Amino acid sequence: MIQAILVFNNHGKPRLVRFYQRFPEEIQQQIVRETFHLVLKRDDNICNFLEGGSLIGGSDYKLIYRHYATLYFVFCVDSSESELGILDLIQVFVETLDKCFENVCELDLIFHMDKVHYILQEVVMGGMVLETNMNEIVAQIEAQNRLEKSEGGLSAAPARAVSAVKNINLPEMPRNINIGDLNIKVPNLSQFV
Amino acid sequence: MVATSLKLRELIQEIREAKTQAQEREVIQKECAHIRASFRDGDPLHRHCQLAKLLYVHMLGYPAHFGQMECLKLIASPRFTDKRVGYLGAMLLLDERQDAHLLITNSIKNDLSQGIQAVQGLALCTLSTMGSAEMCRDLANEVEKLLLQPSPYVRKKAVLTAVHMIRKVPELSNIFLPPCAQLLHERHHGILLGTITLITELCERSPAALKHFRKVVPQLVQILRTLVTTTYSTEHSISGVSDPFLQVQILRLLRILGRNHEESSEIMNDLLAQVATNTDTSRNAGNAVLFETVFTIMDIRSAAGLRVLAVNILGRFLLNSDRNIRYVALTSLLRLVQSDHSAVQRHRPTVVECLREPDASLSRRALELSLALVNSANVRAMTQELQGFLESCPPDLRADCASGILLAADRFAPTKRWHIDTILRVLTTAGTYVRDDAVANLTQLIGGAQELHAYSVRRLYSALAEDISQQPLVQVAAWCIGEYGDLLLEGSCEETEPLQVEEEEVLALLERVLQSHMSLPATRGYALTALMKLSTRLHGDNNRIRQVVSIYGSCQDVELQQRAVEYNTLFRKYDHMRAAILEKMPLVERGGPQGDEEAKESKAAARLLETAAVPTEPQASKLLDLLDLLDGPSGDAQHPPPLDPTPGGALIHLLDLPCAPPPAAPIPNLRVFERKGLQLNLSFVRPPETPALLLITVTATNDSGGDVTHFICQAAVPKSFQLQLQAPSGDTVPAQGGLPMTQLLRILNPNKAPLRLKLRLTYNHFGQSVQEIFEVNNLPVETWQ
Repeated sequence: MIQAILVFNNHGKPRLVRFYQRFPEEIQQQIVRETFHLVLKRDDNICNFLEGGSLIGGSDYKLIYRHYATLYFVFCVDSSESELGILDLIQVFVETLDKCFENVCELDLIFHMDKVHYILQEVVMGGMVLETNMNEIVAQIEAQNRLEKSEGGLSAAPARAVSAVKNINLPEMPRNINIGDLNIKVPNLSQFV
Repeated sequence: MVATSLKLRELIQEIREAKTQAQEREVIQKECAHIRASFRDGDPLHRHCQLAKLLYVHMLGYPAHFGQMECLKLIASPRFTDKRVGYLGAMLLLDERQDAHLLITNSIKNDLSQGIQAVQGLALCTLSTMGSAEMCRDLANEVEKLLLQPSPYVRKKAVLTAVHMIRKVPELSNIFLPPCAQLLHERHHGILLGTITLITELCERSPAALKHFRKVVPQLVQILRTLVTTTYSTEHSISGVSDPFLQVQILRLLRILGRNHEESSEIMNDLLAQVATNTDTSRNAGNAVLFETVFTIMDIRSAAGLRVLAVNILGRFLLNSDRNIRYVALTSLLRLVQSDHSAVQRHRPTVVECLREPDASLSRRALELSLALVNSANVRAMTQELQGFLESCPPDLRADCASGILLAADRFAPTKRWHIDTILRVLTTAGTYVRDDAVANLTQLIGGAQELHAYSVRRLYSALAEDISQQPLVQVAAWCIGEYGDLLLEGSCEETEPLQVEEEEVLALLERVLQSHMSLPATRGYALTALMKLSTRLHGDNNRIRQVVSIYGSCQDVELQQRAVEYNTLFRKYDHMRAAILEKMPLVERGGPQGDEEAKESKAAARLLETAAVPTEPQASKLLDLLDLLDGPSGDAQHPPPLDPTPGGALIHLLDLPCAPPPAAPIPNLRVFERKGLQLNLSFVRPPETPALLLITVTATNDSGGDVTHFICQAAVPKSFQLQLQAPSGDTVPAQGGLPMTQLLRILNPNKAPLRLKLRLTYNHFGQSVQEIFEVNNLPVETWQ
């Protein structure tokens, strides 16, 4: 089972934090920091496996990580997962992100944290591997994005209009608009407020 | 109001622009205030934006609990946009410990049955991440219905949700077991993957399920075979291996099903051989599959040839240049070292090579494996390698390495001298990392090796002279010099270089230890006592020693002060007793309730002298009276039963007297068995400091004309007792009153229940094999009261 998936940059700033085992909030932050320190100590040409830090459960758990440019992707797993398999899983996840964001970079993860969560949910669910076929994952994400867009478009227009009217600052509006010969009397809109 | 609240992008931008932590906190606090206001006002349109912002700051570590109710509202909304963020919020912010989490059960129920697969997917995802036991029970039926629904997307999610539910509520296995058979016929890899995971979970939880699923082994074999033989690139292939994740899961399930089951293992043999030989090992994916295959082969009842193949594959991996592969290979060998020890031994040289890796993870694994591979044949070579590793290894591995070497030396030491040398070397290299009992073990070892006393004391003296900072080493050295100082000064010992040591040098060294700021209080204690002992071993006039002792009489440390005061008194008033008190110690019993015998002896001496040092006349004369009493023959009824054979004579008994409870009368021996000249006697000892402990010595004597051989004595006691049999002195009792065989039984009787003892004897006598079982009657009441 996968305990946690953490993505942070070279300075330890978290970009994605997902726990599949319940930890209190402060412990979560400490785990992120502890994991960052453990992973930072590693050189680039040694193996990608580490014993888990004491906060996350010690040597019963392993940290399997990959370093891509400015980001560390760390999966914390227990002994029932295949270590080499998880390495491949990280690769699948990153490649999927790449497909969804077109040449993904750290900024994409920063500004679209929620979208990254949604993509992750299609790969890993409840701490278990759900789907590893990239095409299927991407197709599903695109379908969901279309669903969201359709709600944000015309169907939302009436609601938007009402909200816009509510936000008009009525006292500021002039009572009379005088443009040359024209004299337009602005109706009293107070009943719409 | 809307104008001052930021969009998510803008918020993130502002946070990034903050130059300090304080600035960031300010921005976030301002925004959180807006978010809270917005939640209060209940603006449904922007709620999802606000929650998204809240989730962002939550990731950075700021409190977000006030968003929990908003998650519920969003989940209940009909819009997909809202539900998406709402469910994400629920997964990140809610958990079983908040009562609020139950409120989403209804929403999930509605979403599960409403037909838009994206929404169903969200609901299932949330349920499998944070679903509590109550939620799982409520929603089990809904999830079961979804297992057989047409959409593969929903079905694969439903299967994994079922796994989570079973983990939370094991009784639900009954609901989810029947659909598995049908699900196995699926072609969709996602569903298959989930189904295999589900079946694995079911089998791990219940032996009945395990038996049930053995039927599907042929089907699993077929699925795997199809995957392995598919040569064209499918959608699921990773570097040319088709769906390695599914392959690994199937192999794992096959391992569970084939364990300890001949029939299933038979069916798998061919396939495993095929996978082992045909998998492409040039990429990571293939290696992942190969590793699982190896594990499965080793775990089931596979053919011998297949096992050899598996271990050889691991050996090949050990030589791979990819460090990840080597790491997993080492881990695998560690798993196998118990069951297939000789096979793994063949790879010992490679494992030892891995000790030299700069990679900390690899060297740690190599260390664990190396320690597991030490046996009596290779102990010298392995210890050499491990010592070398100890000198250069990273600090967090030192403790494990040191204690591992000491343990291995303990079990497999070829000679005592080698053992002492090894411990010495470990103490010199990594003294601060050894466990506390290393000192006690070494003193016990040296004490027991009489022929090596001179050698040990010289080696320790040289080591101490070089470096007085490693505390365990200093303690042992101080003790040794104290005990065997006379041997040190004698000058000749063939096994080490000739060492000319002057008395003054020895005293100076011990004084240095006493005064050094690096010495722990315990170490100082050792050094002081050693100095004291030397007063009887050396031939000088002891002025220097007396000086040191009197200085420490006003030391801040209470323990040292006490010792110094007593030793002082020993010099001044009881000089005639000094030689006897400071005699060479008897061999301490290892471990056990007696603890540090050295401290005990000196404490006993201390307590005695304390009572003596009080300047009241009557006490002193009472002491002298006792001395008189002991000199007489009638004193033995007053003694506590002797704990160890003590060569010191009457005075040592006196030392026990003040600190022991009123001495118990010795318990009479009991003859329990007699047959054709073979007699069995029991003698009882109740050590006064541990009233619950009873030590029984079983003595077998043989007056007959024939030897008794293959003698085994076993004992049984009622359940409330704890029995420990120690190793017998031998299994032969020679004829005509030859050397009797003894065996010690330790019985713990914490409840002071009446003792009952049953003995079983088996032996050969006069060409016949005899077996006797009997209960010991007439056990004296003092054995258990």
